[in-house]
Amino acid sequence: MKNFCFALCIGLSIYVNQAFGSETGMPQLNPEFWIAQIFWLILIFSSLYLIIWKIFLPRITYSIENRKSRVVNDLDEAQKLKDNAEEKLEEYNEIIEKTKKEAKKIIDDSKKKLDKDIENKKQKFNVEIEKELMATEKEIKDLKKTSTSSIADIAAETSAEIIRQIINTEINKSNVSAIVNDISKREIEKHI
Amino acid sequence: MVLNPMHQFEVYKIGPEINIGGINLSFTNASFFMAISAILILSLLFFGTKKKSLIPSKIQLITEMSYALIAKMINDTAGSSAKAFFPFVFTLFMFVLFCNMVGMLPYSFTVTSQIIVTFVLAATIFIGVTIIGFIKHGIKYLELFVPKGVPIVLLPLIIVIEIISYLARPVSLSVRLFANMLAGHTMLKVFGGFVISLGLLGGWLPLSFAVALTGLEILVAFLQAYVFAILTCIYLNDALNLHH
Repeated sequence: MKNFCFALCIGLSIYVNQAFGSETGMPQLNPEFWIAQIFWLILIFSSLYLIIWKIFLPRITYSIENRKSRVVNDLDEAQKLKDNAEEKLEEYNEIIEKTKKEAKKIIDDSKKKLDKDIENKKQKFNVEIEKELMATEKEIKDLKKTSTSSIADIAAETSAEIIRQIINTEINKSNVSAIVNDISKREIEKHI
Repeated sequence: MVLNPMHQFEVYKIGPEINIGGINLSFTNASFFMAISAILILSLLFFGTKKKSLIPSKIQLITEMSYALIAKMINDTAGSSAKAFFPFVFTLFMFVLFCNMVGMLPYSFTVTSQIIVTFVLAATIFIGVTIIGFIKHGIKYLELFVPKGVPIVLLPLIIVIEIISYLARPVSLSVRLFANMLAGHTMLKVFGGFVISLGLLGGWLPLSFAVALTGLEILVAFLQAYVFAILTCIYLNDALNLHH
């Protein structure tokens, strides 16, 4: 690059001198204002340097550092919040798990209890029903027994009365009852 | 001779002649544009650091980006021990960049196309770096001229070459910037001259060249400022961390 530029410069200045008939060549090599240029360069450059160094660079540094620390702080805070949230989530999950277990236990317990209760009640009912049944059966048997004898009496009386009404005579009661007994026994036996 | 491409580099005094102790210190057009560049830098920095807001405005972003650019450059090439020289390198970069850029404006003057300006800058860096090297390492700084791992037979030759290349630093540094600026502006002027001399019919080709060259020159203006600053950092690195 440097060599190329150099060659270009030299070529151009030769060309320029021929084309335009310049007598001076490169004005840069004229030392007339060298000292003046050096003086002004040193003056301007050093004042620029001092102003930038003392005034502007600290400002830029401050602004960049400020932003950096702000970003770091924000990131820290975000991380903290995230950790917090994760912790909370874990706690929440734990609580839910615990509650679920408790609920299951309660449900199981109550189910068992209910089953037991139902079983107990059933047994009780069964016993009671058995008792009632037996009592009723006994009653029915008793009733049957009593009813057959009373039926016989009633039948005998009724028949005696009917006979008396029909033929208008007193008949021997024992005869009637014997006959009625005989018949009713036959009839009852038919039914029982 | 307005068409002379070298005319644009002519230095002449503006304002009264200042003569101190027989030395001519007149304010010239070169000094004028130097001052304008400095004022532009200061106003950029002033408006860029005025608000110091958390979310930077565009101008604040520009200042912070140039700050970050130079900070990174110093850190990468010269290490953290060169932080003390950050203000100088920053000023140097901004100064060269703005002088180059101001020179791109029509009718302006390119300060960095003056060999004496670039040479004084380069010589300041050279002398400064050498002094820093000797302060930091004492006489051991001369080890810079003795590269490691070179056969003893070759050493005398290598040392001579190293010394010459070291002494050539200010020359190469100053001539690089000066020649780039000189060549670019001369070419622009030559093509501009072609546009005039070829007239309305044939002038379009050199005009398009001139437009393309202007773009290239703006790139070169930035690049040369960057190169100037990064070479300063490299020289600083040599002085601060002797064997890199």
